[in-house]
Amino acid sequence: MNPAEKVSESPMTEPQREPRAEPASSPRPTIAVAEGQAKATRGRTHRDVGTVRLEGLHAYYGSNHAVRGVDLVFDPNEVTAIIGPSGCGKSTMVRCINRMHEEIPSARAEGKVVLDQIDLYNSAIDVVAVRRSIGMVFQKPNPFPTMSIVDNVTAGLRLTGAPRSEMKERAQDALQSAGLWDEVKDRLNNAGDGLSGGQQQRLCIARALAVDPEVLLMDEPCSALDPVGTLRIEELISQLRERVTIVIVTHNMQQAARVADTTAFMLNGEMVEVGQTEKMFTNPDDDRTEQYVTGKFG
Amino acid sequence: MSATPPTHPLFAARGNLRRRRRVNRVVEISSTVAALLAVAVLLIVVFSVFRKGVGALNLGFFTKSTPLFGASGGGIANAIVGTGIMVGLATLMAVPIGLLVAIYTSEFAEQRVAHVVRFALDILNGVPTIITGIFVVGLIVIPQGHGSGTAGAVALAIIMLPIVARTAQEVLALVPETLKEAAYALGVTRWRTTLRVTLPTAAGGLLTGSLLAIARVAGETAPLILTSFLFAPGVITDPSQGLASIPLFIFQSSESPSPESHTQAWAAALVLIAFVLVLNVIARAFYARSRQRLEG
Repeated sequence: MNPAEKVSESPMTEPQREPRAEPASSPRPTIAVAEGQAKATRGRTHRDVGTVRLEGLHAYYGSNHAVRGVDLVFDPNEVTAIIGPSGCGKSTMVRCINRMHEEIPSARAEGKVVLDQIDLYNSAIDVVAVRRSIGMVFQKPNPFPTMSIVDNVTAGLRLTGAPRSEMKERAQDALQSAGLWDEVKDRLNNAGDGLSGGQQQRLCIARALAVDPEVLLMDEPCSALDPVGTLRIEELISQLRERVTIVIVTHNMQQAARVADTTAFMLNGEMVEVGQTEKMFTNPDDDRTEQYVTGKFG
Repeated sequence: MSATPPTHPLFAARGNLRRRRRVNRVVEISSTVAALLAVAVLLIVVFSVFRKGVGALNLGFFTKSTPLFGASGGGIANAIVGTGIMVGLATLMAVPIGLLVAIYTSEFAEQRVAHVVRFALDILNGVPTIITGIFVVGLIVIPQGHGSGTAGAVALAIIMLPIVARTAQEVLALVPETLKEAAYALGVTRWRTTLRVTLPTAAGGLLTGSLLAIARVAGETAPLILTSFLFAPGVITDPSQGLASIPLFIFQSSESPSPESHTQAWAAALVLIAFVLVLNVIARAFYARSRQRLEG
């Protein structure tokens, strides 16, 4: 499905990991659905950067306590899905990771979000720099309507003052990584909002990738897409897992089962259970997880 | 089955129901008449101005200046230039400030502060223009010792400011929050997001607000009587002197005893009304396109 340079190599060998206390990082076999899909290779199979650790994270909207003390580790070599009923705080939690939560008036967060040893809530941290390291894709595709396709992709570079020299190259690289290059290479200067919904969402993914983030947060990226568009995004996620740490919020449990290595279940602002996806859907430890994944509520 | 009694509730036009239907009819007719009346007023104004003024329209009317006191002939070249200069200067003052005010209230200010600013702009918009004129007299005309185009332009700018700012606020509020979020999430700062994402997205609507404000002040008379009422022959382009203007030409010519001046007043009114109508149509067109884009 992608340019020739993305040679399909041998399936990623399960990297050696030191055992850690957090359940999120327990070694796990690749789940069946992810197997057989082409893996994008960018010269590295094991990433050491891009670990995100949440420590006692609380988030509020005014007096509404939306996230209540979450501890969680996102492994850079895994796709982590956050599931849970509407209003359980999963989007809020994810928006705390790149400090987008605080853009909402009266919203605030407490606790630690640590990216590769650095606490992002330290007062010396520059919010703008955080967001360059941690990209985000939103529910509804939101390409900039006044910009062409290529300008959309390079928006993050141009608007943050990056040198113009490599712009074209990086745009092509990002579009290829987002699996959109072949579809748009002949109309790079057309308007971005002329694309289909699924293409627009991949354009937004390319735009996020162009600034070369270490982590990519996806907040229900397929909720506005048709099944074909959804499938393309899911294929893309399993290719991108070697380039960025992926955290995906989803309402769709089948989607979590298809794309995620680790799944975290949230309820009423609390992290109920985290574990490898297969186990979460077949044999979870917590009764509430069991009830949710079997459709008893939510 | 065929023996349904006519007293059955499903048969209409009985008692209470009949009265309600009558009331409905009365309201419907009177509101339709009111709407027609509003359109009729516009048509009658435009038509009578056209009928009475079109006879005096010729090339000379646009290229010659008004002769001194009551002399016949001439045109409104000086008035067109004067209005152009004053409205142009006013636009240069009011549009940037108005846009900045709108950017402040919709992008940076706290909710409460934004409310106060919005309220203040609405009040300013409601200030009678003669009072704006008097204010500028105290501010500029008296210290300078004489009226001037600059003073007129300042008065017009004060009238334009709330119109520009309020329409810009409305348009900026239409820019989807998701676009700004997209920019913030890319690590773009607030100001650059405003400059490179929000403003370009809203550009059409912002232009509309400015055009409507121009159309509104092009016909302002009262503040100009106080600030830039000077009658010199010939075209003057120096705004430090008093400048002629189309509304004041209409005012003076219609006061004059000569019937020829009256026709000229009608012709000047026709020029003014045509200018305002064209600006309004252009502004609406931009707004429609901008809305389409914003609501995608």
